[in-house]
Formats: sequence, C-alpha cells, structure tokens
Amino acid sequence: MSGQSSAYIAGVYEHPTREAPDKSTMQLHAEVARGAIGDAGLEKDDVDAYFTAGVPEYESGLSPLIVADYLGLDVSYADTTDFGGSSYISHVGHAVSAIRDGKCDVALITLAGRPRSRGQATGSGARDVRSVQDSFERIYGATNITMYGMAAKRHMHEYGTTPEQLAEIRAAASHHAQYNEHAMFQEPVTVEDVVESRVVADPLHLLDCCVISDGGGAILVVSEEARSRLERECVEVLGHGESIGHHRAGRIDLTRTAAEQSGRRAFDEAGLEPSDIDYASIYDSFTITVLEAIEDLGFCEKGDGGKFVENGALKAPNGNLPFNTDGGGLCSNHPANRGGMTKVIEAVRQLRGETNEEVQVDADLALAHGTGGSIGTRHGAATVVLGGEDR
Amino acid sequence: MSWDPRPTPDITPETERYWSAAADGELLVRECDECGLVYHYPRELCPDCFSDSVSWRETNGTGTVYSYSTARKMGGWPDEDLPLIVAYVELDEGPRVMTNLACEPDEIEIGTPVEVRFRAIEGADAAVPVFVPRRE
Ligand SMILES: [Zn+2]
Repeated sequence: MSGQSSAYIAGVYEHPTREAPDKSTMQLHAEVARGAIGDAGLEKDDVDAYFTAGVPEYESGLSPLIVADYLGLDVSYADTTDFGGSSYISHVGHAVSAIRDGKCDVALITLAGRPRSRGQATGSGARDVRSVQDSFERIYGATNITMYGMAAKRHMHEYGTTPEQLAEIRAAASHHAQYNEHAMFQEPVTVEDVVESRVVADPLHLLDCCVISDGGGAILVVSEEARSRLERECVEVLGHGESIGHHRAGRIDLTRTAAEQSGRRAFDEAGLEPSDIDYASIYDSFTITVLEAIEDLGFCEKGDGGKFVENGALKAPNGNLPFNTDGGGLCSNHPANRGGMTKVIEAVRQLRGETNEEVQVDADLALAHGTGGSIGTRHGAATVVLGGEDR
Repeated sequence: MSWDPRPTPDITPETERYWSAAADGELLVRECDECGLVYHYPRELCPDCFSDSVSWRETNGTGTVYSYSTARKMGGWPDEDLPLIVAYVELDEGPRVMTNLACEPDEIEIGTPVEVRFRAIEGADAAVPVFVPRRE
C-alpha cells in the first residue's frame, strides 16, 4: 500500500467453545471482544470503531446498535457490511480505510452465534421465499449444499476433477485439526474415509461439508499511531480486495467465483503475487469452495486445482501451500455459519508464530480469503494479504 | 398436486406474467430491445445495459442440463418429492435457469437434452416450470 499509512491487526481472539447451550449470543460477542482487546493489550475505552455482520438469529440490520449497546461502546465509526462468511474479511479492509481516513484509531470486529445449540441444520433444509431471486431458486429446494454440489459436478465435468481430489482437502484439514485441542473433529481422516462417507448432495459427501458450531471471534485493527504505543507483535494489512459474484442474468459459470476479482485487487494493493504467499487461510464451507478459491486466487491455473491439492500440498508445515492449520471450518469451527472470522485469526496466529507447533509454518506473508452466500448463485468474496513484523 | 409444504413463489407485479404464462403452459424469458440480451430471472431493467425497453419472449421450452445435484434427504421437504434433483438447465435461447429435474437421477447427466413441464400451484394463477429428459 505505497504512499499510504499502515494499519495493523493488533489483537485476535477465537472463542474456545463449539457448543454454548448456556450462553447468550450477546455474551459470546462480549467474551470475544474482551479477548481480542486484551490480546492487543488495550482497554475497552480505546475502541473507537465497531464492525459486525450481524447477529444471525436476530436477522437485524440494526445489529451494530444492539451489540455496541450491550458492550457499552462509544464509537465514531460503525459498519455492518454483510455478505455472509466473507463479511469479516471485508471488515478488516473497511477498518483499514476508515483508519487511513482519520475516522478512527482502534476498530473492533466481532462475530458470534449459536446455530448448534439452536439445533439448526444449515445448508440442507427448505427455506422461506423472501426475495425475487428466491422465487426462482428456493422454490426448487436450492440450498447451499445442492448449489455447491452443482458447482462441484460442473467442475468435475469441465476439468476432470475427482471426488478423491476434493477429499484431499478434508484430509489435509483433519491432519491439522488433530493438533487443535478445541477442534470439533480431531480425528484425522483419509481420502477413502471422505469418499466412503454418505453422499449428501452429489457429488458432495458428508465429509466434504463443514461443521455446524457455536462460537465466535474478534479482531482488533489499529492505526500506526496506536500500534506504536503497544508492546504486542502486530500483523500489517498489506492489501484487501472484495467483489460480489452473481447469476450474470443467466450466464452463470459454476466453476468460477468472485475470488478472481477480490484476490487480484488484494495482491495488486499489496504489490505481491500468489507465489509470495507462505500460508493461506481459505474459506471452506465445502471442499469445492477451497478448490475453486485456490484456482481463482491464482495459486494454479483454472482447472488445475484438483492436481494442485494432491499429495499433501495443503498440509503444514511442509506442503506447497499450507492452509487452514486450525482445522478450518471442515474440522474445527464454523461459528454462526460464517467462517471468515476464523480465517483471519489463524492467519494472524501463523504470522505471529502462535499456532499449534506441529503445524506452525515459517510464514512472513499470509492470505485470508472468504466466500459468503453461495457460489451456485450470488456470493461475496473478500481477500486480505497480511505481513508479519519480521518479514 | 400439492406443493405444501414446498415453498411457492412470491408473485410480484414484475413477475406475475411469467407465472401466469407458466400456468398456460408457456415458459417465458426476457429480451432487451436495446442490446439484445436474453435473460432470466425476469427484471424490468436490462441487467446488462439498464435499458427499460425490454420484452417478454416465449421459449420453445427445451434445453440441456448444465449441472445438477441430487439430495436424498432434505429437512422440511415432502418425502414423496425425494430424491430432489436441483439443476441448472441451459435453455436453447441462452440463459441458464435453476429448476428441478422431475426424473430419476440415473436418467440424466450433464448435457442431457430436456424439455419443460409445468406443475400447477393450487389456488393461484401460476405454475412452476420443471424439466424432464427429452424424447427423440
Ligand atoms: Zn440491454
């Protein structure tokens, strides 16, 4: 970001719970906020900007008011950009812009939710018809899983991608999850385990799908000036990009996502290329979500994702592109059905050398990428490129 | 045939003609008089050039399967409508439209020629287009 002041991630916190029957969602918001502020070595009253994509169970556009009131925050800047799981990565970019504009110095981003405790079976149930688009999609029973299933089937048709290649993604994530004491599923699984698991929406199997968990997370983004007062090792936000992908009036291409645009914008702003990246956090609602993102972010040519992920390429610490070293949404955590938050948190842990030692990568430059909505139709994409202090 | 508890479309002034044409056995798309784009789902402004001069166009109701996915279980969906095949069908006129394939999963693959059928909605001047494999 040449010629512009820098902004840094000074604090992160991931809630350790995966099931919170005895807590309120607002309590989780408060606990992760306290965690991230404490991680940075700051106090609540230092926070002067607040970002959230909402409280999913309330479905309220007023969520910044609800949460800021609950936390007792007095802020000069607030934002509730919501495109699903990519929102929190986009918030990092928006916070950087607000800081550069002099609107704020210390921006807090929080996510919390309790879909597991509320018995929500996401992605596989009939939904209400609410928008014009729903009348042409949801009436057919189009859910996240059938839409991602259609994307996987088309990718296989065009490029020869196999179920075993998709399964490599889950196998690598589960390899990492065994070292994460908080992960929902800590047992390593093989490619065979994945392809032998029940087909949920063909060609996707049960183990191609992410977990449903309670929990949350928080990020604190600070200005150069605020950082200079901190003892904490900080991570610089080098580039950010976002994009909205859509149905293209009937010309949808199920093998391509808006990561093509968000990734390019983030790399251009950072002045870097995919080959510079040492570690990647990639949103993993389903294995196909990761495969298409790897291609669209430019880690390989379009259509070569299946070959790229073979032979442990995604496994830390020695793979070609170590990814999701916390176990990701596939194995560890998918708080409130929105995985973008934990993608940023694990990238920061990698750059600060604070993740589980068995999967710690010698990383100076990392990427976090989120996909929100459905790649089968409307979706958001947001990407950040992050740099460690010693790079 | 009852859709309940299957969701039914929200019929708006913008889309009423599409649904009532379906009840009469016609599948409509939109066509832009300015730039020629043939598009779906229906909108009053062309999503390419933003012209407000757009027309309804009847299709011949045939196309090919662009992609599909079969769900064998689905929360809240009537058991008698399972397995459920959600698909994109590429119409001969161009647009890829989301739909159901009303057949057995082993009868179709990507590229299979299909043709439209209409399932009436009780109590409304509307029907839902679905597709079945096309006979030669
Ligand atoms: Zn036009």
